Amino acid sequence: MDQPLVIAGRTFASRLIVGTGKYPSHAVMKAAHDASGTNMVTVAVRRVDITRKTESLLDYIDTSKIFLLPNTAACYTAEDAIRTARLGREAGMSNWVKLEVIGDERTLFPDNEGLLEATRVLVKDGFIVLPYTNDDPVMCRKLAEAGAAAVMPLGAPIGSGLGIQNPNNIRIIKEQATVPVIVDAGVGTASDAAVAMELGADGVLMNTAIAGADDPVAMATAMKLAVQAGRLAFLAGRIPRKSYASASSPLHGVVGSKA
Amino acid sequence: MTITLNGDPHDIPGPLSVSALLKELEIDARRVAVELNLAVVRKAAYDSSVINEGDEVEIVNFVGGG
Repeated sequence: MDQPLVIAGRTFASRLIVGTGKYPSHAVMKAAHDASGTNMVTVAVRRVDITRKTESLLDYIDTSKIFLLPNTAACYTAEDAIRTARLGREAGMSNWVKLEVIGDERTLFPDNEGLLEATRVLVKDGFIVLPYTNDDPVMCRKLAEAGAAAVMPLGAPIGSGLGIQNPNNIRIIKEQATVPVIVDAGVGTASDAAVAMELGADGVLMNTAIAGADDPVAMATAMKLAVQAGRLAFLAGRIPRKSYASASSPLHGVVGSKA
Repeated sequence: MTITLNGDPHDIPGPLSVSALLKELEIDARRVAVELNLAVVRKAAYDSSVINEGDEVEIVNFVGGG
């Protein structure tokens, strides 16, 4: 029997964490969240548009069931990420943050030095820090040592849909991890999410794969099932890989064979 | 008097509390966070925090993101 996902003492029934960006509409987003069964969604912190009234995202998130995880997306320095995290804490009244310190515009790969620095500062400031990081076991170890409540290695660049590019690293990260491992970014379709879970990840975080699908609600259902299937397969213990066949049917008693 | 609000010049009649500014802008105080001269203003301090000439104010909320 599986145990639920627990991060920093908070229990999540679902191992699927979903974003709130890029949906065709807030209504579709809400339907996709419902279909995904998620208990935690990421949100971005941005300036209020004071020139016109806009619909609030929060009108479409049932915060009694879904926990809000503010991110620091588009922050390129530790300083900006820390500032954004503090604003997110005040807006959301929780001390959790998906910490992003981006190092490169084209790949959106993290800036390791800035990420580690911001993690240390925010942990000291009482935050529950979930850093988005490279699929680097050494970096993940350093982040956990700095007090991160979970580590969130990327499967592939954000929004790329390339799937898990370095499965072996994800496996190593999980093997040595002292905190939950959430594969964040790079998932393109259901099998990618299943692979992440089969490698032993404690959860998967995705946005574009669902929001950008032709039918986001159907894809959200597919992702829910994929995460469950991958988790079950991991717990079940897969067979070893072999180069040659191993017959499934008995070799004795074949019709026409000699004794 | 002029303040800088979310990066742009913004005129207000005179010194205002954060609460009063949010009211004037018709913004639900429960769903935003406010920064005054780079320091986050706690919600409990919205009434007592006064915005003066030349101050830099940031008002943020949650939007869709990953």
